[in-house]
Amino acid sequence: MNRVALTSKKFLLPGLMIIALILLVTSPSYISAYKVMLLTSILMYIVVSVSWAIFSGPTGYISLASAAFFGVGIYTAAILGRILPLTYVIIIGGLVSVVLALIVGVITLRLKGMYFAIFTFGLVELLKHFLLWWEINITGTRGRFVISVHSETVFYVMIIIFVAVLLTAYLIKHSKYGLALQSIGEYEEAAEHIGINVTMVKIATFAISSFFIGSAGAIIATRWTYVDPYIAFNPIFSFMPVLMSIFGGLGQLFGPVLGAAFFAYLEESLITKFPYHYMLIFGIILVVAILYLPDGLIGLAKKWKKGSLSSGLVELLQKRQKGRKEV
Amino acid sequence: MLELNNINTFYGKVQSLWDVSLQINEGEIVALVGGNGAGKSTLLNTICRLILPASGSVTFLGRKTDGLSPHAIVELGISHVPESGRVFPELTVLENLEMGAFLSHAWKVKNETIKQVYELFPRLQERERQLARTLSGGERQMLAMGRGLMSRPKLCMFDEPSYGLAPNLVLEVFRIVRLLRDQGITILLVEQNVRHTLEVADRAYVLENGRMVLEGACCELAASDYVRKAYLGL
Repeated sequence: MNRVALTSKKFLLPGLMIIALILLVTSPSYISAYKVMLLTSILMYIVVSVSWAIFSGPTGYISLASAAFFGVGIYTAAILGRILPLTYVIIIGGLVSVVLALIVGVITLRLKGMYFAIFTFGLVELLKHFLLWWEINITGTRGRFVISVHSETVFYVMIIIFVAVLLTAYLIKHSKYGLALQSIGEYEEAAEHIGINVTMVKIATFAISSFFIGSAGAIIATRWTYVDPYIAFNPIFSFMPVLMSIFGGLGQLFGPVLGAAFFAYLEESLITKFPYHYMLIFGIILVVAILYLPDGLIGLAKKWKKGSLSSGLVELLQKRQKGRKEV
Repeated sequence: MLELNNINTFYGKVQSLWDVSLQINEGEIVALVGGNGAGKSTLLNTICRLILPASGSVTFLGRKTDGLSPHAIVELGISHVPESGRVFPELTVLENLEMGAFLSHAWKVKNETIKQVYELFPRLQERERQLARTLSGGERQMLAMGRGLMSRPKLCMFDEPSYGLAPNLVLEVFRIVRLLRDQGITILLVEQNVRHTLEVADRAYVLENGRMVLEGACCELAASDYVRKAYLGL
């Protein structure tokens, strides 16, 4: 009896995931074109957030370079979109991001904490202004047109990247490298002591995770049709993955997925309903989430599973107060 | 097995090791004793290349370790159990041990090594699934020692393993050090507990203010007036 319950639980989650994936793949046949585009942008945010969380989640190195990888992907599509088939453009977009991540990794991963965050953010601005200078002085333009692709194609490509990034995140998390990343986050010096090649593990993971951000940028660019450096290197793509992942919960793979899905949908619905105040409402929701959901949505779900939601919330509040006293 | 020749190490402009030489033969327990700030931990960190010496050489198994990175030193067969353990608090006991076997050759035999570690420290097996931060100080030290053994080292360096432990646990730590030697692991033991250390070790070095001031067989040192006065309070 018990064993039956156990095995059915074991197959429940993968089963649900496959059903969700089938529903997602077939959705263009039963939902409106607008909703397909909304789903595409939700998937895009999930891809960027999960990629960010692969490296920054366990190690605690807050990378703000996502917008740089994203922008590099976008410009790859803008420059190569006319001369190469879509598949190549997307793969090259990812690979250029990887090269950028390797360079950044070699230079910066000995920086810690705040310094790493600031440097990676500086990278976004550096690339943006370099490109701006280049476009104005060398090519004599400001923006570029991107060959557009059918929105359903964009949707399907995004699903492929989405599945790939989830699989990668899962495999890394459940390999010895996942544990190694976590030990680096907890005690980098001790990790070095016991023979983990800390620098290599960090740089490799950083580079792998950037691939997906770059390729997501390359495909989404085809939907935007016109890009300039300000659009491509918008710092919002550095901050959103951080906020979304923290909101969803960093400890689990599904945290960033949930957080990104929730936020992307929220953003869209707030923009349409409150075009002038949506940033304000957005900000308030964020503040509340950070104050009262220290473990994110996933933490909340776990509390709810354990007991009632309300007692979970009470416990959370008590914990916070206790924490304050200790401080 | 391990040879240090005229090592000079600096922190910025401050010199912390002066012309230090040391030699360890296979199968020995060598003790390194000295007060706070004598440079004992600096010496261990220099051996495993977390700190780079300004001059002098380190040779392990006939091979100079110049230019190697810390993980390559572990790969050569030197394991360093740092001061106060430094276990990973949010990983379980088992995960901590697994991380000790991160190197590919050790990873292949990790389950076997874990079994051996559990034989040495049955307590760890009982706590296998617990987070390391929930362990007591003594258990953490055992976990750190166990983790250090997971890379299957030839030479194990323990940095003050008895520090802060209850007296009966101190004896247990020294018993295990001796047991490890009997299993064929060479040991460099850094300690402030001079009395017990001199009982367990074969030879000892005394480090003061970054300089080696004495060396010799433990029985000789324990009998010398200098050590009796300065370290044993006799």
